[in-house]
Amino acid sequence: MKTSSWKSAAASPAGRALLALLLVIAAGLIFNADGAFFKIGTHRDTLRQASVYGMLACGMTLVIVCGGIDLAVGSMVGLSAVCAAQMAIHWNWPAWQTVPACLAAGALCGAVSGVVTAGLRVQPFIATLSMMVLARGLAKYASGGMKVSTAVRNADGTYHYVEVPPLFRAIDHRVLGGNLSMVTVIFLVCVLLAWLALSKHRWGRYLYAIGGNEEAARLSGVPVIRAKIGAYAASGLFSAVAGLCQAAQEQQGDPEAGGGYELVAIAMVVIGGTSLMGGRGGIGLTLLGVLTIGYLDKILSINAVPEAGRLVLTGIIIVAAVLTQRRSRT
Amino acid sequence: MSNPPIQIDPPAPLVRLTGITKRFGPVTVLRDVQFEGRAGEVHVLAGENGAGKSTLIKILAGIHTDFDGRIEIEGREVRPRSPLDAAALGVAVIHQELSLIGPMSVADNIFLGRTPARAGFVRERSQNEAARHWVGQLGLEIDVRQPVERFPVAARQQIEIAKALSQDARVIVMDEPTSALNAPEVNTLFALIQSLRARGCCIIYITHKMEEIERIADRITVLRDGHWIGTAPAPQLPAAKLIQWMVGRQLGEQFPRRAPHPGAERLRLENFSVFPSGFSSRPAVDNVTFSVRAGEVLGLAGLQGSGASELFLGLFGAYGAATRGQVRLENQEVRIASPRQAIAAGVALLTNDRKATGLVLSLSIAANATLADLPRLSPGGWRRPARERAAAETMTAPMRLRAASMDVEVGALSGGNQQKVALAKWLQTRPRVLLLDEPTRGIDVAAKREIYQLVEQWTAAGIALLLITSEMPELLTLSDRVAVLHRGRLAAEFSHAEAAPEAILAAAMGQSA
Repeated sequence: MKTSSWKSAAASPAGRALLALLLVIAAGLIFNADGAFFKIGTHRDTLRQASVYGMLACGMTLVIVCGGIDLAVGSMVGLSAVCAAQMAIHWNWPAWQTVPACLAAGALCGAVSGVVTAGLRVQPFIATLSMMVLARGLAKYASGGMKVSTAVRNADGTYHYVEVPPLFRAIDHRVLGGNLSMVTVIFLVCVLLAWLALSKHRWGRYLYAIGGNEEAARLSGVPVIRAKIGAYAASGLFSAVAGLCQAAQEQQGDPEAGGGYELVAIAMVVIGGTSLMGGRGGIGLTLLGVLTIGYLDKILSINAVPEAGRLVLTGIIIVAAVLTQRRSRT
Repeated sequence: MSNPPIQIDPPAPLVRLTGITKRFGPVTVLRDVQFEGRAGEVHVLAGENGAGKSTLIKILAGIHTDFDGRIEIEGREVRPRSPLDAAALGVAVIHQELSLIGPMSVADNIFLGRTPARAGFVRERSQNEAARHWVGQLGLEIDVRQPVERFPVAARQQIEIAKALSQDARVIVMDEPTSALNAPEVNTLFALIQSLRARGCCIIYITHKMEEIERIADRITVLRDGHWIGTAPAPQLPAAKLIQWMVGRQLGEQFPRRAPHPGAERLRLENFSVFPSGFSSRPAVDNVTFSVRAGEVLGLAGLQGSGASELFLGLFGAYGAATRGQVRLENQEVRIASPRQAIAAGVALLTNDRKATGLVLSLSIAANATLADLPRLSPGGWRRPARERAAAETMTAPMRLRAASMDVEVGALSGGNQQKVALAKWLQTRPRVLLLDEPTRGIDVAAKREIYQLVEQWTAAGIALLLITSEMPELLTLSDRVAVLHRGRLAAEFSHAEAAPEAILAAAMGQSA
């Protein structure tokens, strides 16, 4: 009885995702880089570094569950970072204006992707690829192609430095006696919101139904187009949050920020066990996937594995994880 | 006794199938079936939906390879292991859904899989020349370098036939080839069939249209419920006798007739037409008028292409606003342009393919059973899992659903239990009109019987039912009235007392009464 319940737990997607995470952590315990792995600061930094990707993975999960994909999240980080820096540093907007404006911009871009793919029936890959290029262009346009930093150009061509805005300092702050980054707290709030939407709200059920069988969902009265647009808008919103955090941590808005992040976010979702075919998965799984990739990266870096080796190993591990999660077709 | 008449030896059979038996799991779909096709004949294969015609063809075409029995071609025993194998043996199937690759040229399609090449490079010119030769053999004038998708359906069918000829096919199977053709195109096709016949091909022709059988059949073989009923020269099998062969089953061991509960008129369609592919093309349902009462079951009979399923989908708003005519629910005119509006108006549709369009197999029983009624079950948007589970349990309780819990994935259930979940979903919306499209397709006898009992309960509760079924006994048992559709038009209507299988089938095949 006991063994069979163990077996069924290991066979469930959650069990397998947890197993992958435990394996990675076990590797950390063994290759602990002279005890570095046992320091609380290591874990704080792991979580902080994984947080921005994790926010993207939350939105990506919503989109993937309904059978889509969002390639635009990385560029949207860049766009949002530039906007945030421009507003907070150069225009001196207070937080209560900067934050809603950035989030609205992100949600709007996401909604546009959603309209193009759900309403105009362009494949999600193409629709969001276009948005990826477009958002990067907007980021460069808004920043003039330069990093938007605290160095403000004077009329005579010289620069003077302004204070880091309070919003950025608040985000880059640590809580719990310096043991937890504010960014990680924001990430956990994103996880909570995405979980509420996907697991507790009618909309989430609609997304699962659409990803599982879009035609059956439509014939059951599910508002397919609206639900999908909502998923892409949410993904844009989470990207904007990630962009804000990125800008706060770098204390500048880099139009190139977030390049390639979309692929990390997709990898996190998939390693968690959410099916790229749609209809199966969840935020809990994505959280496990975020931690797995976050820790994997950290363990490789504290053991001074050079970046080249790190990338190769990460690629191999992603494939291995996905292969172990493959379900037998019924 | 008189001497037997002097017989001229009939031409040797080109293709002979004997003792063909085919099972899908526990279900036997063909039992000891025989078929014999001669060179230079058009041999019609007739039977109701589900009689086993397609399965027999798929065995001959190498699609189904595990079967019992013997296939001979020109006297030699063969066993086609794949469609390619069958093609090499000289068997070609012109499918209902054509199997050409749209963006590729006519020549590429004709020689697909046998592309003439030198060192791997396609010999474009010789391929085009050869393609032109075969197309010319059929008297067609088309540019073989054009992509196939530029041609209308009729031309694509001719290209398929050219492909069959180029493979030196002697047995050519045509499965409902005229379903997408207009009258002049049908004439062209029949002329082509005559020329194939003259070349010594055996054409195995499947159709549901009586008129076509009368026009081109040399001999007719009838299947019924997976059994071989008989083979006869066409002149010896006039329409009445053919229909008798097709339906003549014992209706003895059947289900008890339900009690009628007719109430006030619930649904009325006036001049209702459905245009699944837009108003500019031919409607699938053409000016149909009928009504159903509360507690009544109206059976819709029709063979493939009758438009019955399209009528359901159109009425349910699945084609958006691509319908014309009036729909009246309890004497109120309603406009239904989406499934959502249909559900709000109290119309529910059980689709004919629960896996493709009926259920979300990756979701639980509870999630599926509540999907269509989720707005009411989750006020304010937040889901109430306990309420959902309770609703699913209430709806499935009278159905004797066999599942460990309401959280089991629907994909793991048997066909019959899946169908009960789909039915529970629609009952949960408290329908006033329930459209059932093949409610017992692919489920076992016990589950079938249970669904018949449910139909009795629903009508007793005053729901108006419309039923499509390809099983004649089911239609006759459940329906209070039967309306027959032929090519989108209402061909006949029968009361329960008048409804006889022969009359229904004759009307469905376009035989005017």
